Amino acid sequence: MALMRVSSPHAHGSYSTGMVMRQVLLATLPGVFMLTLFFGFGTLINVAWACLVGIAFESLALFLRGRSLTFYLKDCSALVTCVLLGIALPPYAPWWLIAVGVAAAILMAKQLYGGLGYNPFNPAMVGYVVLLISFPVQMTAWAPPRGLADVPNLWEALQACFLPAQFDGVTMATPLDILRQNQGLLMEDLWAQTPQFGRWAGIGWEWVNLAFLAGGLWLLYRRIFTWHAPVAMLASLTLMSALFYAGGSSSSGGSPLFHLLSGATMFGAFFIVTDPVSSAVSVRGRLVFGALIGVLVYLIRVWGNYPDAVAFAVLIANFAAPFIDHYTQPRVYGHGKSGGTG
Amino acid sequence: MLADYSILLIGAILVNNFVLVQFLGLCPFMGVSNKLETAMGMSMATTFVLTLASACSHLTYYLLLEPLGLEYLRTISFILVIAVVVQFTEMVVRKSSPLLHRVLGVYLPLITTNCAVLGVALLNINKDHSFLQALFYGFGAALGFSLVLILFAAMRERLAVADVPEPFRGAAIGMVTAGLMSLAFMGFAGLV
Repeated sequence: MALMRVSSPHAHGSYSTGMVMRQVLLATLPGVFMLTLFFGFGTLINVAWACLVGIAFESLALFLRGRSLTFYLKDCSALVTCVLLGIALPPYAPWWLIAVGVAAAILMAKQLYGGLGYNPFNPAMVGYVVLLISFPVQMTAWAPPRGLADVPNLWEALQACFLPAQFDGVTMATPLDILRQNQGLLMEDLWAQTPQFGRWAGIGWEWVNLAFLAGGLWLLYRRIFTWHAPVAMLASLTLMSALFYAGGSSSSGGSPLFHLLSGATMFGAFFIVTDPVSSAVSVRGRLVFGALIGVLVYLIRVWGNYPDAVAFAVLIANFAAPFIDHYTQPRVYGHGKSGGTG
Repeated sequence: MLADYSILLIGAILVNNFVLVQFLGLCPFMGVSNKLETAMGMSMATTFVLTLASACSHLTYYLLLEPLGLEYLRTISFILVIAVVVQFTEMVVRKSSPLLHRVLGVYLPLITTNCAVLGVALLNINKDHSFLQALFYGFGAALGFSLVLILFAAMRERLAVADVPEPFRGAAIGMVTAGLMSLAFMGFAGLV
């Protein structure tokens, strides 16, 4: 075995990949708790089943490539992908839907490119978009939050996931759907007419988003990622929604607060946009990357066909990330702006 | 008026992107996307030719083919028009700007076989575009093509160093990536 020559700096990083991934997993807990509180056990079952299938697919791919199973499974990256996908999927999704999504995420988006560190697209979002395009009916069926309907107990939830024929779940449009399909109603009337709206955004959704925000802030405090990309995304989303707010009129795109606390905004900002592999790398690049996602989220949410746009926006920005990096390379210390020594 | 044209432009660039949504011009998209610089040269050349060819074929159809009742000859005459425009562009560029010719030189003849160019010419007729609309549509299509080609080239430079499994190296992973990008672009549906 040849000795590896390692260039300076010879400092030891205090975090291994596995530790980072486990902290991300921990940070999703408040969000998962809120989702479970408001929408029942669906999300928990999604996450558990996705992890089970995901580890199976990851092991299969590693086995086929002749890689060490324990080494690559221990970095928990597959688990993070599966947990994020499980959170993103609607609760009480049938088991095969989750399995197809996990297969797309782990096999196609991650292992085809050579595993962790090489995937140009965020695997969880690839899984989500593949499902959204292939099975739009199942993917847009969100359960109503607690308070508007009975939340199924654990046994019913399991039946909904694994024996779809026996359970006829109730579904309801999400606040983002309602706003998108609003035809000429003033905001005030729409708010009064629709029980799904809460104080700032949707019932349940505002708390889910605040919980993901809390988890994200904890990760930021632990220095798992830097603030640039999430802050740029939230700032550009706020700016866009403020520009096109149009007050309470019927053509309003929703208030900035509504957009910040709806759908997958906070989840996307702190758990998807911060993916170190598929996002831009340089500091300025991350700012551009985040801002691009914020703008795209607003564009697609308000004028596109898909009411929640985080997955599409992230994929499009992932696609642009290498190009962004190419033009935002940091200046090498000791060199002038033109690249020559100056 | 202005809004109509910007909608036409955005539609051609993003929503109905010629490469990722209408699957036209795939050969240069896969063939010239290995390096960022060459992709940029190709984009500039294509933008110029596509806009010009879109306008010229529009004129050919309405000033020549329609008065003579020869609409059924449009495919073959558009191919001729495109070849002429490409050849003409090459000659002009070579004489007027040797530097630009060195940058674009290799890619100019390749554009003759770019099906997006013929696609735009035929779609202009199908959609009953006016001359100005045809010009904008061609320009938008070219911008969309360039955007996707350049982004894809930057991504492929990164893929070239990825630890891709043996059977998927090279064009195969390029195709998979193009497919995923196409999925992402479906998010723009309904925007205009």
